[in-house]
Amino acid sequence: MVVTVRLFATLREGRDKVIQLELDSGSTPGDVIDQLGISQKDVAILLVNGRDGQMDQVLSSQDTVSLFPPVGGG
Amino acid sequence: MHGYRGKILRINLSDHTFRTEPLDKEKALRYIGGRGLGSKIMSEEVDPKVGAFDPENKVIIATGPLTGTPTPAGGRYMVVTKSPLTGTIASSNSGGFWGSELKFAGYDLLILEGKSPKPVNIFIHDDEVTIRDAGHVWGKTTTETTEALVKEAPDKAKVLCIGPAGEKLSKIAAVMNDINRAAGRSGVGAVVGSKNLKAIVVKGSSKPEIAQAEKLKEVVKQSRLKLKENGVTGQGLPTYGTAVLVNIINESGVFPTNNFQTTYFDKAENISGEHLAENFLIKRESCFACPIACGRYTKADDIEGGGPEYETIWAFGAACGVDDMKSVIKANYWCNEMGMDTISAGVTIAAAMELYQRGKIKDEEIDEGLSLKWGDAASMVEWTRKMGLRDGMVADRMAEGSYRLAESFGMPEVAMAVKKQELPAYDPRGIRGQGLQYATSNRGGCHVRGYMISPEILGLPEKLDRFAIDGKAEWVKIFQDLTAYIDSTGLCLFTSFAIDVKGYADLLNAVVGTSFTDAEVLESGDRIWNLERDYNLKAGIDPSQDTLPKRLLKDPIPDGPSKGNVTRLEEMLPKYYEIRGWTEKGIPRAETLEKLGI
Repeated sequence: MVVTVRLFATLREGRDKVIQLELDSGSTPGDVIDQLGISQKDVAILLVNGRDGQMDQVLSSQDTVSLFPPVGGG
Repeated sequence: MHGYRGKILRINLSDHTFRTEPLDKEKALRYIGGRGLGSKIMSEEVDPKVGAFDPENKVIIATGPLTGTPTPAGGRYMVVTKSPLTGTIASSNSGGFWGSELKFAGYDLLILEGKSPKPVNIFIHDDEVTIRDAGHVWGKTTTETTEALVKEAPDKAKVLCIGPAGEKLSKIAAVMNDINRAAGRSGVGAVVGSKNLKAIVVKGSSKPEIAQAEKLKEVVKQSRLKLKENGVTGQGLPTYGTAVLVNIINESGVFPTNNFQTTYFDKAENISGEHLAENFLIKRESCFACPIACGRYTKADDIEGGGPEYETIWAFGAACGVDDMKSVIKANYWCNEMGMDTISAGVTIAAAMELYQRGKIKDEEIDEGLSLKWGDAASMVEWTRKMGLRDGMVADRMAEGSYRLAESFGMPEVAMAVKKQELPAYDPRGIRGQGLQYATSNRGGCHVRGYMISPEILGLPEKLDRFAIDGKAEWVKIFQDLTAYIDSTGLCLFTSFAIDVKGYADLLNAVVGTSFTDAEVLESGDRIWNLERDYNLKAGIDPSQDTLPKRLLKDPIPDGPSKGNVTRLEEMLPKYYEIRGWTEKGIPRAETLEKLGI
């Protein structure tokens, strides 16, 4: 299956902003960050299709995973 | 007296007299300083029913006990007055270096009374106070005024001023300091303008005394370490500034677009913090004693200056359907030069664009060469400049803010405002605690009276379900109370991403020599909150105004990640009133006021 991964802020350093990943069925966001070489501690906010996601949730084909380092402001 | 300087400078602008008064320390400790103490003095001296532009209204410029001390980001001051925009009590906060300089001159607060017969500037150099003619700077922009006045003052003096918008009594005018820092919200700049006061120039030469100097060194070291190690204050804000929020808020589908008609902006990348940092950032800027340095200094074509902040980028960006960062930078520049609140200015233009979309503003009413079409970036910049000058029929009405603009064209529901103040950059239909906070904020539509984005989106201090209702009233109360305390100390609210309640108590205790507990920190915030509420009720701000625009209550988000949701305010408000110790109609109970000593 194919999922879209969107990276933001410092997670873009050395990587593309948007990445299409071919994954085995049953893959999770945890598998996505492993494949991209991102450490779990560097991910502060994880969204799956714009909603709060979990590192161990099973992804579906066409899902969008958005990953952010710690960000804030206001 | 430690932390405090122990002196208030009271200036009567009607007869150009002034005197110093001792600070009542007992009162100061109950209301801390800044927003709290300023509001307390307003409640004692200014009839809540007074008109904002009546000479009987006062402007209280209040530092906190930590302003101008070595505490991290302790450089803030508050402008407290009755707002011409909302009719509520207003307290508008700013950083930079002016607030700390006022402390160095020996004053905790300035109280400005009356109305000068002609435009004047106030110069303060320690004990020396002079009131001088301002004819040569009246009508000038913020930069022109500041550059002219520093030449008339001691070396390194700091300038606070209003721009043309404040002079022309725009209800969204800001008080500016250090050229590009703003006490932006609630039209406080117009009240200063109504008193014929253009600027206050300050130079000081002594520092506040510290009660426990060795202890403070240790507490400051710990606080700075927490700020450095925290991902938001140590990495996100320094690298990208507040604009780093654009993508996270948009990806969550709560980035209000085209005046809150939709909540996902498909061109957000073009106005993101990442894009700003890559293409327009010249340097970072910090305020007094701040290790975060979230401030940006940017350049677009021939215009350069401070900002833009996240809220500004949103207001002139997605809210107006604009994806051109250069134009956002230019609109931000004109707000600083004219002395206008960027949130209110951008949202007011967005309201005008919707009034045009709905046929309420006609083509023939629009100035030649301009449009009010969504996404017309060049026109948006020019509307901003004209709004500051009240140049033309539509721009003149814009200067009154979105509510009065929309009402004048027969469609007030187009104004995305609470208590007539424009809402900021988060759609509460997908962040429900923030919706309750907007509705109950004591100065109308505002995100920095209780930043529920922190737990509901950013996961700080813990992640809450942003669509949940349960428990949100309790969270909103704690955030509002803690914010009221922070706003009164002189610290920057951004420190709260890293510093907890105990950390705040430790900072105050070391500087002032008090022994505030965590509970007393929150109780002081509760006291300030109820004092403001009580003032607003006496001013005639009915609890029925604890609401949101109909669009946010009734119209589900049409698409994107938060599709299908409304705010559900009515399910949270009763619980909020209950835990505040208010009646079911939203009136503070007598025992609540008595318990807090109000």
